[in-house]
Amino acid sequence: MASTITLPPATGAAPRAPVFHLVDEHDHAEGGSTMLGFWIYLMSDCLIFAVLFACYGVLGGSYAGGPSPRDLFELPLVAVNTAMLLLSSITYGFAMLAMEKGRVRPTQLWLAVTGLFGLAFIGIELHEFAGMIAEGATPQRSAFLSAFFTLVGTHGLHVTMGLIWLVTLMAQVGRHGLIRANRRRLMCLSMFWHFLDVVWIGVFTFVYLLGMLR
Amino acid sequence: MLDNPALLKMLFGRLTPESFPIHEPILVATFAMVALGGVAVVAAISYFRLWGYLWREWITSVDHKRIGVMYMILGLVMLLRGFADAIMMRIQQAVAFGANDGYLPAHHYDQIFTAHGVIMIFFVAMPLVTGLMNYVVPLQIGARDVSFPFLNNFSFWMTAAGAAIVMMSLFVGEFARTGWLAYPPLSGIAGSPDVGVDYYIWALQVAGVGTLLSGINLIATIVKMRAPGMTMMRMPVFTWTSLCTNVLIVAAFPVLTAVLALLSLDRYADTAFFTNTMGGNPMMYVNLIWIWGHPEVYILVLPLFGVFSEVTSTFSGKRLFGYSSMVYATVVITILSYLVWLHHFFTMGSGASVNSFFGITTMVISIPTGAKIFNWLFTMYRGRIRFELPMMWTIAFMLTFVIGGMTGVLLAVPPADFVLHNSLFLVAHFHNVIIAGVLFGLFAGINYWFPKAFGFKLDPFWGKVSFWFWVTGFYFAFMPLYVLGLMGVTRRLRHFEDPSLQIWFVIAAFGAVLIAIGIAAMLVQFYVSIRNREKLRDTTGDPWHGRTLEWSTSSPPPAYNFAFTPVVHDLDAWQDMKSRGYRRPVDGFRPIHMPRNTGAGVILAALSTTFAVGMIWYMWWLAAISLVGLFAVAIGHSFNYRRDFHIPVEDVARAEGERTHLLAAAEA
Repeated sequence: MASTITLPPATGAAPRAPVFHLVDEHDHAEGGSTMLGFWIYLMSDCLIFAVLFACYGVLGGSYAGGPSPRDLFELPLVAVNTAMLLLSSITYGFAMLAMEKGRVRPTQLWLAVTGLFGLAFIGIELHEFAGMIAEGATPQRSAFLSAFFTLVGTHGLHVTMGLIWLVTLMAQVGRHGLIRANRRRLMCLSMFWHFLDVVWIGVFTFVYLLGMLR
Repeated sequence: MLDNPALLKMLFGRLTPESFPIHEPILVATFAMVALGGVAVVAAISYFRLWGYLWREWITSVDHKRIGVMYMILGLVMLLRGFADAIMMRIQQAVAFGANDGYLPAHHYDQIFTAHGVIMIFFVAMPLVTGLMNYVVPLQIGARDVSFPFLNNFSFWMTAAGAAIVMMSLFVGEFARTGWLAYPPLSGIAGSPDVGVDYYIWALQVAGVGTLLSGINLIATIVKMRAPGMTMMRMPVFTWTSLCTNVLIVAAFPVLTAVLALLSLDRYADTAFFTNTMGGNPMMYVNLIWIWGHPEVYILVLPLFGVFSEVTSTFSGKRLFGYSSMVYATVVITILSYLVWLHHFFTMGSGASVNSFFGITTMVISIPTGAKIFNWLFTMYRGRIRFELPMMWTIAFMLTFVIGGMTGVLLAVPPADFVLHNSLFLVAHFHNVIIAGVLFGLFAGINYWFPKAFGFKLDPFWGKVSFWFWVTGFYFAFMPLYVLGLMGVTRRLRHFEDPSLQIWFVIAAFGAVLIAIGIAAMLVQFYVSIRNREKLRDTTGDPWHGRTLEWSTSSPPPAYNFAFTPVVHDLDAWQDMKSRGYRRPVDGFRPIHMPRNTGAGVILAALSTTFAVGMIWYMWWLAAISLVGLFAVAIGHSFNYRRDFHIPVEDVARAEGERTHLLAAAEA
């Protein structure tokens, strides 16, 4: 039972009147819940990926007489791609360090480097997709390929959104400097960017590495 | 230009003059009514010059109370649409025997049962539940708004946009003919080549964004913005059940988003997820949609369990019996709701062990639910019960819901389910739990919190008329379906051969008529209450002798909810304050920091609607322009850094001064 009654003990003296409201209240800092809210959003996004992974897990072996992962995947290319994304996470980290020191220029510079790595990642991924489609391994060819393109493509779409967001933030940091609101936004994008990295580790392991073993 | 088919196709996609159902008299008449009603409303708003007021005070409002009220209005309006569908089906099934083919062609009837399910779940129950949570939760935890006020406004408009898309399908093109969950392969492009399933998909996707964001918002609000002293185990039960519901929303709706996205890929891009060919697997869809669908059931009912707890405790004049067991039961239901999805398709053939697992987890859920029922009964035990309307609905819930719960346990037995699967027994069961649990709970909640929102009580006479017609109507409408289901009648049938079944369908239709009277009585109740509002006025802000913080402020509450943030010492914080002689402060006010209104939410939702229309009708240019517009407005809005303001101290002092007068007058 939650009988957490906190009545003051009835001592001989007159009981002290309890405080029932805050008399001297300051404004709540704006955005105090943003980190928590964004984190919850990321977890919901993670569930979308969970569904796509589950679909890939169930349908990943349904080749319908078409090509299998072993016929399609080029691990060296994927390794380069993975390196691009991991490096972009490191450079984002550098941007955050610069932000902590309150230095606008280096923050923007590292953001730009992050963006370039991200662009490289998207470019290589599109190149890989184009090669597969040219070989006839289109998303329509089999359930395996539908699941593959959707999972990897959804991740790529997220990276693209991240890039748009990154450019927006660079402009906003340029306009207003590293004010509270902008630092909070950079923190959110940081979480988003590292989250995509984690998802990519999953893609790399379950789709590409295990795919080669199938 | 108009005789160039290629150009027409590019401009209008699949939309042709034949898309407008001008040859269906029922739809034309409905359209005429809706159009006349719409013109009348627009004319009235223009005549009374209310557009500016509506835009400034409601449409762009980020006040959780205003948004909550708008959710409730949306839900009640859609209830009328969903119920119109229901009574049309009841009449069709009551007459379509033997030579009589009824009055609804199959093409139309199939749309009606799909639309009825979709509308009742997504655009009646969800908005009403979200509306209650939006309105009440911040007040109960002593907060001034939610964590993300702009997102709250945006969420509402996305939900409304989804409803608008469904309504559009009534008059332009058609709705899905697949049943409310649109199972493939029927919902695939080969089985449903027309726009119906696309309307379904995009309505739910647009509304789903709103639901998910509102879930995140309310979790953050409950976790971060509680008044000082309100520990987790001092939260009102309604806040607890809202927290669990929103956790469920965040953990379930992404699955719906993903599975509908995969279905659209199958339909638009010719992929092979849920097809019968190229290695696809339709049962994957059924599994995934129920991984969302079962938690959804609890998303709907948990907040109402909270309402029943508040109502029972208030109207019994007692602290809730077994508060912590109530909280733990809620949490257990939250977790278990994820472990039962397969009971919706035991007939999939996953084998005895899998079916046993899901059968047992399903039965286990009845334990925490039963604990709740006993807690409510023990709260009433030796209480001074006041049989006001909220309490009446609560008692009707307890009696009726238990029946639905027991038939649910019966359906959880896999061998029994093999017989009853897809039968009217199932239809009777889920209407039994959803109407008794969700709708009765909503009516209890509406009657309970209406005086808080508007400052006057709802008329009890018409409320009781509505209550008795609803409750008896429910039994007349659904008990025959249990019988029919046990006799083997399956759901979604338009026509029957066996004349001995007809009497049961006639009784069910009679029940639907009683419910119609119940709904009409509710509308009369609103009308009469507004007309007699001075007589029903409550100036104390605490008309029911409530126990939680929302009753400590005025009715309706000021924009800032609380002039001073309350400090909580006990579970029933307001009861505690009253019993210890709390004196409301009458001076020392300060300016209050509040969020600023914005039109970005409604603009984004409008663009989402045009995007959906473009996608549904294959008007790719429209979809592309809307998508670019969405990004432009969203990014543009992020460049607005002036999002808050202070309510001047004079305004606060004036509002609180008025309340001081009212309270003094009420005491005198």
